[in-house]
Amino acid sequence: MSTLAVSVVTPEGPILEDNFDMVVCKAESGEIGILPKHIPLVSPLQISIARLKKGDDTQLVAISGGFMEVQPDKVTILAQSAETADHIDVLRAKNAKERAEKRLQDNSDTIDRVRAELALKRAINRLDVANS
Amino acid sequence: MKSLASLRDLKGRIDSTKKTKQITGAMELVSASKMSKAEQNARGFVPYADKLQEVVSSIANSNTGAQHPMLVKREVKKTGYLIVTSDRGLVGAYNSHILKSLVNNIEAKHTSKDEYTIIVIGRKGYDFCRKRGLPVTQSILGMPDHPTFADVKNLASETVQMYINQEIDELHIIYNHYVSAISQVVTNKQLLPIADLGEQGASTSNYEFEPNQEEILEVLLPQYAESLIFGALLDGKASEHAASMTAMRSATDNANELIGDLELSYNRARQAAITQEITEIVGGVAALE
Repeated sequence: MSTLAVSVVTPEGPILEDNFDMVVCKAESGEIGILPKHIPLVSPLQISIARLKKGDDTQLVAISGGFMEVQPDKVTILAQSAETADHIDVLRAKNAKERAEKRLQDNSDTIDRVRAELALKRAINRLDVANS
Repeated sequence: MKSLASLRDLKGRIDSTKKTKQITGAMELVSASKMSKAEQNARGFVPYADKLQEVVSSIANSNTGAQHPMLVKREVKKTGYLIVTSDRGLVGAYNSHILKSLVNNIEAKHTSKDEYTIIVIGRKGYDFCRKRGLPVTQSILGMPDHPTFADVKNLASETVQMYINQEIDELHIIYNHYVSAISQVVTNKQLLPIADLGEQGASTSNYEFEPNQEEILEVLLPQYAESLIFGALLDGKASEHAASMTAMRSATDNANELIGDLELSYNRARQAAITQEITEIVGGVAALE
């Protein structure tokens, strides 16, 4: 059976490079699953978890601010930040979550709200990956 | 007596120069190790930048006519300059080259301060602009030696936002490009509108776009521009450490030379003192006979 060569790349360098059977990501338009021999595709990703499946194992990667590029035998996820479960600083994510929640409660400025919402999303996303 | 005093003087100067030499020597080593780390960081960034550029150019060059303000030239009313400088001195001509290039650019292209604005990374550049009364809209001081993307993300996205909001119609970035440990070249690049995508990647694949090209460009182009700013910063940091290393090496060399000269004078003075003493003794003995 053919596999997909998956690489997750951030400005700080490659986070993960390995072969997987299937990739499930949350694109802007909804969740999509990629199997080998997929048609070439480019799609932005939400702040979300990418699920990389190999056999019965599933590896999770927290993705924020990025997009994926798919070729028949290759998936590249380009993100401004991405972490696998063992690289997530849980304490930091928890703090970021609390900070963002507090800011959302006592601030009404739109730009700050949008920022805080994004920060909250990223923090929750990281915690989800770390805790599963 | 005079020669004794000057002997002590010389001895003191030799000692203090030796101490300076020790410090500059240590700083050279520190900079060398920082440089190799910075070089590594810059290399780690390359795969991301390459891939991003490939996808952007394959979309921009595809013939479906997807357009985006960041790809289109418009009339330039205001130009933004982003300069990458260091926070500390002792880096030789690293900063002055960049600032000279900035000033030359401004003098050549603009007549009034309303026509341009400056975005500064680094204390040296910030102080320079403040002193000269140049308009600075944004700045980051105290950039770490090995910046991460998060360190520059805010500045980068706000700068790109300025272009999208039409506050600036053009963005140039001026930084020192790292060629090798002994050579850094001042580089002045136009960042926005994105111009030099080239033809590469255009033919490699015909992508499906989900949901569509316009929306992807909407996400992709700001990300691309931000990544270019980060790339320039990494490049600039590698240059900074290299420049600092070179400056410290030449300081160490100068100290060596100075110590050599001083030791020669010291030995001469010592010899002169001995000769004088002998002459005095001989003179004294002759007077007694």
